[in-house]
Amino acid sequence: MKPAPFDYLRAEAEEEAVSALAEAGDDARLLAGGQTLMPMLNMRLVEPAVLIDISRLPGRAAIADDGTAIEVGAAVTQASLEAWPALAGRAPLLARALPLIGHAQTRSRGTVCGSLAFADPAAELPLCLATLGGEVVLRSRAGTRTLAATAFQTGMLSTACREDEMVAAARFPAAEPGAGYAFAEFARRHGDFAIVAVAVIARENGLRIGVGGVAERPVVAEWPLLEGDALDDALDALAWSLDADDDPHVSAHYRRALVQGLGRRTVLAALEART
Amino acid sequence: MKRLEADGRHRVGLALNGREASGWAEPRMLLSDFLRHELGATGTHVGCEHGVCGACTVRLDGTPVRACLTLAVQAEGRRVDTVEGLAPEGELTELQRAFRRHHALQCGFCTPGILMSLTAWLETNPAPHEGEIRELLSGHLCRCTGYSGIVAAALEIAEAQAGRRADD
Ligand code: FES
Ligand code: FES
Repeated sequence: MKPAPFDYLRAEAEEEAVSALAEAGDDARLLAGGQTLMPMLNMRLVEPAVLIDISRLPGRAAIADDGTAIEVGAAVTQASLEAWPALAGRAPLLARALPLIGHAQTRSRGTVCGSLAFADPAAELPLCLATLGGEVVLRSRAGTRTLAATAFQTGMLSTACREDEMVAAARFPAAEPGAGYAFAEFARRHGDFAIVAVAVIARENGLRIGVGGVAERPVVAEWPLLEGDALDDALDALAWSLDADDDPHVSAHYRRALVQGLGRRTVLAALEART
Repeated sequence: MKRLEADGRHRVGLALNGREASGWAEPRMLLSDFLRHELGATGTHVGCEHGVCGACTVRLDGTPVRACLTLAVQAEGRRVDTVEGLAPEGELTELQRAFRRHHALQCGFCTPGILMSLTAWLETNPAPHEGEIRELLSGHLCRCTGYSGIVAAALEIAEAQAGRRADD
């Protein structure tokens, strides 16, 4: 339960981090908040030769609102985004999802971009980013590229981030005027990864619904405004389309039932939250 | 950029409970082990070493974090507060006394971490709200108490604080 030896590099600038990454290639791992990587190191699931600490990168510790999107830098913790005074008004979906991530004692170090980079299919932040239609900014020595959430997260724990790239920032579209946002998840214990998580944006003339925890990555559907049986039918079709599997914790049937039940509740909450 | 070689031992200095302290650490040494084995501060306990149990919770620059998910070298130059810092003169804090009154500990293994989380929470002058306390305690596992005593102790102190604020 102790990490294997590694060289430790503390990057003080992004250029340093990406140069070190380019040199070390797949022998290196980036350490941001460490709330996923450190357990993996402790259990020796990963044994990198070099650890590049980006948790104190001065240029990437900021949350910036450019009017259309909220840009969150690689060193921003989940707790500091949660405490951002404009959060509820500018990013209501994140305001609802952040308190559900792990525990206060892990959000204090866990980063927003780190969660996206890890790409757990049941994690809250990738689901929010996909549902909102956000983007990820990737940086390497060769330059910067920006990918849509759907192009970034390619599958279970896998992303389009190359070995020589770091997730430098994430861009979450800002609240649309009039729209309502809701997020809900079901887990056996508070702070666990969700068995099923649902995010919904209710607009004047339509719904956007994202589901996490069932397929390999968050799945997002775009619907007209639905209610009653039509909503139940759409949720039923969505639940079946996700190819849920049985696992040691719950059955596929159970997951589908959660998509339907939690989905309905979350859609109604989003409709209610419209202003 | 600072580079610390894997097989070297590096000097790590930090402010432990307000006092300068230093020791030697390989890059892979966890903050929890550094506190216990290098600095002799064994009040911080180690349960799971993967962030789940909360026994190792300490305050890093004031914020509760998992010492088992932090490298000692990451704490260089920072402030670390552990359970030993709560009662430096041997006199228990209000919260610790409430723990005793409410039987909020039995074996005491989980207690140091819980005290660090609750102490930080109480400093924010929270509303005395049981839901919030339980939310915070979800980051700690206690195999003995069933949590009721812990909740009661924290609630009592939060209420007392709120009462004092109302009096001012
Ligand atoms: S020992 Fe750190 S959380 Fe369990
Ligand atoms: S008092 Fe024994 S684990 Fe909490």
